[in-house]
Amino acid sequence: MLETIWFVLWGVLWAVYFMLDGFDLGLGALMPVLAKNETDKRVIYHAMGPFWDGNEVWLLTAGGVTFAAFPATYAVMFSSLYSALMLLLFALILRGVAFEFRGKVDNAAWRGLWDACLWLGSFLPALLLGVAFANIFMGIPFDAQGVYQGTLFTLLNPYGLLGGVLFVLLFMVHGSLWLAIKSDGELAARAQAMAKRLWPALVGVAVVFLAATWVSTRLWANYMSNLALWVFPLLAVAALLYNRLAMAQGAWWKAWFASALTIVGCTFFGVAGLYPNLLPSSLDPAFSMTISNSASSPLTLKIMLGVALVMVPVVIAYQAWAYYTFRHKVTEEDLAYEEY
Amino acid sequence: MDVLMLSRLQFAAATFFHFLFVPLTLGLSVLVAIMESLYVSRGDEDYKRMAQFWGKLFIINFAIGVVTGITLEFQFGTNWSRYSRYVGDIFGSLLAIEATLAFFLESTFIAVWIFGWKKLSPKMHALSIWLVALASNVSAYWILAANSFMQHPVGYVLRNGRAELDDFLAIVTQKWAVLEFVHTVGGAYILAGFFVMGVSAWHLLRGRETALFNKSFRMAAVFALVFAVFTAINGDLSGKEVAEKQPSKLAAMESHWQTKKAAPMYLFVVPDEKNAKNAVELFPIPGALSFLAFGDFSAEVKGLSDIPPADRPPVLLTFLAFRVMVGLGTLFIVLAVLAWLKRKKLEQNRWLLTILVWVIPLPYLALQAGWAVAEVGRQPWIVWQLMRTADAVSPIATSQVAVSFAAFILVYGLLGLAAFYLIFKYARKGPAPLAAAEGR
Repeated sequence: MLETIWFVLWGVLWAVYFMLDGFDLGLGALMPVLAKNETDKRVIYHAMGPFWDGNEVWLLTAGGVTFAAFPATYAVMFSSLYSALMLLLFALILRGVAFEFRGKVDNAAWRGLWDACLWLGSFLPALLLGVAFANIFMGIPFDAQGVYQGTLFTLLNPYGLLGGVLFVLLFMVHGSLWLAIKSDGELAARAQAMAKRLWPALVGVAVVFLAATWVSTRLWANYMSNLALWVFPLLAVAALLYNRLAMAQGAWWKAWFASALTIVGCTFFGVAGLYPNLLPSSLDPAFSMTISNSASSPLTLKIMLGVALVMVPVVIAYQAWAYYTFRHKVTEEDLAYEEY
Repeated sequence: MDVLMLSRLQFAAATFFHFLFVPLTLGLSVLVAIMESLYVSRGDEDYKRMAQFWGKLFIINFAIGVVTGITLEFQFGTNWSRYSRYVGDIFGSLLAIEATLAFFLESTFIAVWIFGWKKLSPKMHALSIWLVALASNVSAYWILAANSFMQHPVGYVLRNGRAELDDFLAIVTQKWAVLEFVHTVGGAYILAGFFVMGVSAWHLLRGRETALFNKSFRMAAVFALVFAVFTAINGDLSGKEVAEKQPSKLAAMESHWQTKKAAPMYLFVVPDEKNAKNAVELFPIPGALSFLAFGDFSAEVKGLSDIPPADRPPVLLTFLAFRVMVGLGTLFIVLAVLAWLKRKKLEQNRWLLTILVWVIPLPYLALQAGWAVAEVGRQPWIVWQLMRTADAVSPIATSQVAVSFAAFILVYGLLGLAAFYLIFKYARKGPAPLAAAEGR
C-alpha cells in the first residue's frame, strides 16, 4: 500500500515538474524564433526569470524521491541512462547560468553566447526527457543484475524519438501560451500565432504517439483491466481540444491551464500504464524494476510520507504566492531595473 | 584508468567545484539579510545599497552553486548505483527531505528577492532574503547529515541485503552530524567574512564609498572573528570525534605510523608512504598528539602500521590537506583579531587592508582542504566500514565516464572563469550610485 502511494506521488512529482518547467523549457527553445530584437529577448527572459529556478527544483525532488522511495530503480535507471542524463545535466547547467549571467556584461557577443546556451539548455532537456520517458514506457534492455546492455543510441529508437518530439511540441505550445500571457503587442501576437500554428502538429504527433504506444509498449494492458484509468488519456485529449477552443476565444490563461492539464494527463497516462513497474526491462519482464522489488523499507516510506504530506502543500502554497506576485505582464520598468 | 578511478575523479571535481560557490552562499546570505534588516529598521539608504551591492555578488555566486548541486545528486545514481541501491533507504531519503524542506524555499525566494524590489513591501522583501539564508543553512544540515552517515553510519540495520533505516532521529541528530554542520557552516561564515572584508578593503584603499565599505567591513570583521574562534574550538572537538571513530583517518592526518602512548606531534614531517614511515620528523611536542586526540597526554594513539594496508587512506594527501586547513585556520584567527582591533581606523592601516585583499582566496583553499581531509581520509570506505568505494561504483562503460569527466572539466572550467570574471567585475564596480538605488 505504501509502495503504491509512493508510486502515485512519484508520478505526481514528474507531472508537476513537466507542467511547470515545461513552459520555460518550451519558451527557451522558441526564443530564437519568437524574439525579433533585444527588447523581445529581455521580455522573454523576464517572463521566465522569477519562476524557472523554483520549477527546476521539482526535477530535483522527482529525482530525490526516486532515490529515496525506490533506490534500486534509481540505481538502474540513472546508471542505464548515463549519457542521456549527463547531457541533460550539462544542458540545464548552461541554461541556469545563462539566466543570471546574460545581462551582466554589456556586449553583444556575450549575450549571444548565453542566448545560445539558453536555447540548447531548453531544447535538449525537452527532447531528452521525452526520449527518456518514452523509453521508460517501452522498457530498456537491462539484465537480472540491473546492468544496462545498450548504449546512448539504443535509446534513440523511433518510439523514443517520437516521445522526444511529443515533449518538445507539448512544451513549445505551453511556452508560447505563457509568453502570450506575459507579454504585450507584437511579441504577444507572435506568441499567440505560434501556439496556434504548433497546435495541429502537436495533435498529429500525439495521435501517432498513442498508436505507437499501442504497438511498442505494454501500457495498454492496465487500461484493459481497469477502465477507471481511462480518465487520464481522456483528460489529456479533452484538455488538448479545449486548449484550441480557448485560444480561438483569446482566453490565454485558460489556454495555458488547458495546456498544463494536457501535460499532466499525458504523464499520468504513461505512469498509470506502467504500474506496478517503474522501469520495465525489455530483455525479460522478470527483470523489471517494480514497486515491490525496488521500494525502500516501510519505515523510510512512512517518514517520507509524513514529510511530504506536511511540506508539499506548504511548497505549493508559497510557490503559488510567488506566481501570483509576479503574475503581471512584463513591463518596460521591469527591464530597466536590470541595468544595475 | 578504470570506471572506479574516473568516477572518483569526476565526483571529486564536481564536488570541489560546487563547494567553491556554496560557502559564500551560506555566509553572504546571512550578511545580506542583516544589512537589509538594518535598512528596514533604521531607514539608512547605505544599508539598502549595501544589500544590493553584496546581493549582486551573492546572486552571481548562487547561480553556479545551484546548478552544480543538481549534478551531485544525480551522480549517486549514474556513477555510484551500487551505493545508491545499498544505502538509498537512508541516504536517498535525507536528500529528498533536503529538497522538499529547504531547496524549494531557497529557489523560490531567491527569485522573489531578485525580482521583488518594487513589488513587495520592504519588510516582506527583507523576509525573503532571510528565508533564503535560513533555507541554505537548513539545506546544509541535511546534506551534512547525509555525509555524516557515510562517515559514521548509525541508526541502520542490515536487512534484505542492504542498509535499512532503523532509527531516523539517531541519524539526523548524531554528534558527528552536529559537529560537521557547525564546522562546515563556521568555515563558510569565515569565508564570507573575509570575502566582504577583502572587497571592502580594496575599495577603502582607493577611497571609494568609504562610509558604506566601513560599515560592511565592521560587520564582516565581527562575523569573521566570532566564527574563526568558534570553528577552531569546534575543530578540536571534531578532531577528538575522528580520533575515537575513525582512527585511520586521524593517523593519516598526522602521518602517524607506530601505535604509541604519549604520542608526540611533529611540527615538520615528510611522510614516506611507500615504506610506511616518515622520511623526516622534526620538532616534536611531547604528548601533544595524544592530548589533542583524547585530551590526555599519555593516551595511546593508533598508528597506520597497525591498520591493514588495504584499509588505509591515502596518507600524503590527507596529511597535507589537514596541515593546510589547520595552518590557515590559525592565520584567520590572527587576521580576524587584527581586523577587529583596527576596525575603527581602517584607512590609517593600509598594510592591513592590503593583506586582507590578498587573503580572499585563502578561506577557499582552507575549506577545500577540509573536505579533502574528510573525504580522502575516509577512504577506502564510501560508508565507513560498511561499504568500500570500489564496491559502490556503477556497472557502466569506461568510455562513458571518460567522456563525461572530460566534459565536466571543460564545462566547469569555462563556467568557473565566467563566474569569477563576473564576481571580479562587480566587486570592483562597487555599489550603485545613490540615485539609482532609490530608483528601484
